[in-house]
Amino acid sequence: MKRTSRALSCAGLIGALYAGAAAAEFRWNFQTPGTKVAQDVSDLHLLMMAIILVIFVAVFGVMFYSIYAHRKSVGHKAAQFHENTTVEVLWTVIPTLILIVMAWPATTHLLAVRDTSQPDITIKATGIQWKWGYDYIKGEGEGINFVANLTTPQDQIYGKAPRGEHYLLETDNHVVVPVGKKIRVLVTAADVIHAWYVPALAVKQDAIPGFIRDTAFRANKEGIFRGQCAELCGKDHGFMPVVVEVVSQEKYTAWVGEQKKKLAAAAEDPNKKWELAELRARGEKVYAANCVACHQANGKGVQPAFPALDGSKIANGPLADKLAIIVNGKAGTAMQAFGKQLSPTDIAAVVTYISNAWSNKATANIAQPADVLAVRK
Amino acid sequence: MSAVADTHAHHDDHGHHPTGIMRWITTTNHKDIGTMYLWFSFSMFMVGGVMALVIRTELFQPGLQIVNPDFFNQMTTLHGLIMVFGAIMPAFVGFANWQIPMMIGAPDMAFPRLNNWSFWLLPPAASLLVISLFVPGGAAGAGWTLYAPLTVQMGPGMDLTIFAVHILGMSSILGSINIITTLLNMRAPGMTMMKMPMFCWTWLITAYLLVAVMPVFAGAVTMTLTDRHFGTTFFNAAGGGDPVLYQHIFWFFGHPEVYIIAIPAFGVVSQVIPAFSRKPLFGYASMVYATASIAILSFIVWAHHMYTVGMPLVAQLYFMYATMLIAVPTGVKVFNWLATMWKGSLTFETPMLFAIGFLFLFTMGGFSGLVLALTAVDVQMHDTYYVVAHFHYVMVAGALFSAFAGVYFWLPKWTGRMYDEKLGKLHFWLSMIFFNVTFFVQHFLGIAGMPRRIPDYSPVFTEFNMISSIGAFGFGLSQLLLLYNVIKTIRSGEKAPARPWEGADTLEWTHLPSPPPYHSFETPPTVR
Repeated sequence: MKRTSRALSCAGLIGALYAGAAAAEFRWNFQTPGTKVAQDVSDLHLLMMAIILVIFVAVFGVMFYSIYAHRKSVGHKAAQFHENTTVEVLWTVIPTLILIVMAWPATTHLLAVRDTSQPDITIKATGIQWKWGYDYIKGEGEGINFVANLTTPQDQIYGKAPRGEHYLLETDNHVVVPVGKKIRVLVTAADVIHAWYVPALAVKQDAIPGFIRDTAFRANKEGIFRGQCAELCGKDHGFMPVVVEVVSQEKYTAWVGEQKKKLAAAAEDPNKKWELAELRARGEKVYAANCVACHQANGKGVQPAFPALDGSKIANGPLADKLAIIVNGKAGTAMQAFGKQLSPTDIAAVVTYISNAWSNKATANIAQPADVLAVRK
Repeated sequence: MSAVADTHAHHDDHGHHPTGIMRWITTTNHKDIGTMYLWFSFSMFMVGGVMALVIRTELFQPGLQIVNPDFFNQMTTLHGLIMVFGAIMPAFVGFANWQIPMMIGAPDMAFPRLNNWSFWLLPPAASLLVISLFVPGGAAGAGWTLYAPLTVQMGPGMDLTIFAVHILGMSSILGSINIITTLLNMRAPGMTMMKMPMFCWTWLITAYLLVAVMPVFAGAVTMTLTDRHFGTTFFNAAGGGDPVLYQHIFWFFGHPEVYIIAIPAFGVVSQVIPAFSRKPLFGYASMVYATASIAILSFIVWAHHMYTVGMPLVAQLYFMYATMLIAVPTGVKVFNWLATMWKGSLTFETPMLFAIGFLFLFTMGGFSGLVLALTAVDVQMHDTYYVVAHFHYVMVAGALFSAFAGVYFWLPKWTGRMYDEKLGKLHFWLSMIFFNVTFFVQHFLGIAGMPRRIPDYSPVFTEFNMISSIGAFGFGLSQLLLLYNVIKTIRSGEKAPARPWEGADTLEWTHLPSPPPYHSFETPPTVR
């Protein structure tokens, strides 16, 4: 079915298409598989298409022949038969047999997709409105953790700047994994249901808040594989991509070393006293990475779902209230608990930034990491 | 005997019903109520259609141009809810109201006042859905499936939606009870169950489905409501609940709902195809059994909508096998329709064109359904545009085309006037072409990995989205032809004979003039 239709749609639409879109590649099949399972699923789909094509030709061959030959306008007189037990039994039994034959590959492929046993590395992916958090929890790289945010600038989304090559499918941190190793991904969520989806690796697993589900893949080639959240999760559902980078074993080991060093460096002394200017500068970056999507760069928010910070009572109020809302989130709204996502220094920095940004002139205009720790307990 | 005749004459000459707007508000006449259902459905079809065009305009190219992501989500949600509950379901209830009493030789529905009530529940429910757009925070933006816990984050628009769902459910249940009672008790003497027209059988089965599952949906949204406002934690793991529980309950309603929409569509097509083939429906008895099997199977396959939530492997295997099994009775129906056409004497007036369009495209939807049934493949396709394409093939090209076939088929009977055949055929061909332009390409988008319900996308998906958006506008505008044609028919169509279709042989064609009198079959006909 698909093949004939492809040919048809090609022929019919090429003219209309190429006028508008000369450059971009056309995609109408599965993305090039990056795992054996993805290849097998693609083959299973092809087999199905072949079976469907045969049924299509048979069923609609009969229909169009009838439309051609049994027309009143060519003088065809209607027969009056209205049952035939043999035929009716046949067209019940034959489809049943076809289905039984199809059930075999369908079952074996499903077993392969669901096999998450004996992983080399286990990574936890946490869906958070609207980004993914990752923790390497077992195997080489254990202890590494980071949050992956969309890096596509707002200007590209709103058409004020030309779109980049990986528009909407690029993040600041990639999930780096070694080629040929079995990676088990534990998927969960912090707020609502998300889904961790990378087409070329044939993985899609819903992330259920409060529960842990798993999926697994073994990449058979190096490269960067891009996917996105696949379960509607609110406003920025379309803006939380998944980027998996498959590298050689040596590169992976090097990456792990690098990450470990970074983690050690990032483990800042929470008792350090910071200067106002330092914190504001750092806070502006934290704000741009974590807050702008809802509260906007101008601090005006988007009414009524995302309140303004500019001139807000809380932002200009006592320090403890500001910290509490950022650390613990606000139940029943999209305001999440950042206490575990950001370091105490980052939280202190962003609170300091918000307290002094735009028209805000809070009396309590600076927070130190120690203040954050006091609230986070 | 003469006394009976006297009362009869007396009754007729009164024609005692109020006129003007009060006629429609107080009417208990199945024909008036059927008309109101159909007009209501058409207006909701327009509202939902405009929302679809907002979606397609935003998706014409990558980037955010006309709406923000929040509003986009509200559009997809309302488009789904309005089309399913406001447009398609009421359309078929409209057919049921007009046709069932005339087809079984009954004077009216069994509970005429209940009938009035089940219609008049709809406009308030639809208004709630539309009004929800204007409350703070806007309408619910959680998708028509209203998955928890996203629904818990929504503003007051969500509460209006929940209330609307409750009212819509009540309307459906009351309507169904009426249809079941009418079909079981009010058939003309001699019309046994197995002599009922196929359309009546499909509605009997559908009505049972509705009574069984609408309360389940009401339960699911009520649990959402108490989670939102009264501190329960049905769908919140922190309080011992489970977000996936919502999906199980929803789809236990949702899958039969698919057949609630499809089965009456099968019924209309089963009347139209024999009429224009001039040949009786092939395998009437096996059609009845196949329809009943589909209805029963529809209760035990719900979790195939949830292959990616992380069910146990055995559960996935079971739901996969059960889902594949549905292809058998569905196949039987398609083969029966083909065998009805086979060696008939076919003509291709508009109703027949739409019925053949239904047959062709519904089968295509069946094929993509078969692909989606295979769990391993579905894990790739789930929540992508492939699924969007699949269900629009069965909902639009399936149910909606069948409703169009029904409208053109029965319009001469209802109005006593013929519609414009040329315009009808134009409506068919434009709908057929633009439907495929809109939705066929969405299969490719889904296979290549474009998720559904996103307002912006990677530029590799641009071309097919552009084609799809162009098709959507073509399809939407073509529907104005139907409106024009219907109004033209009512105002100035040529007079239609009692039986304008040579092959139509049910009671409304053989025993009643066109249009039928306001009260028909006050004395039941005798069916051989």
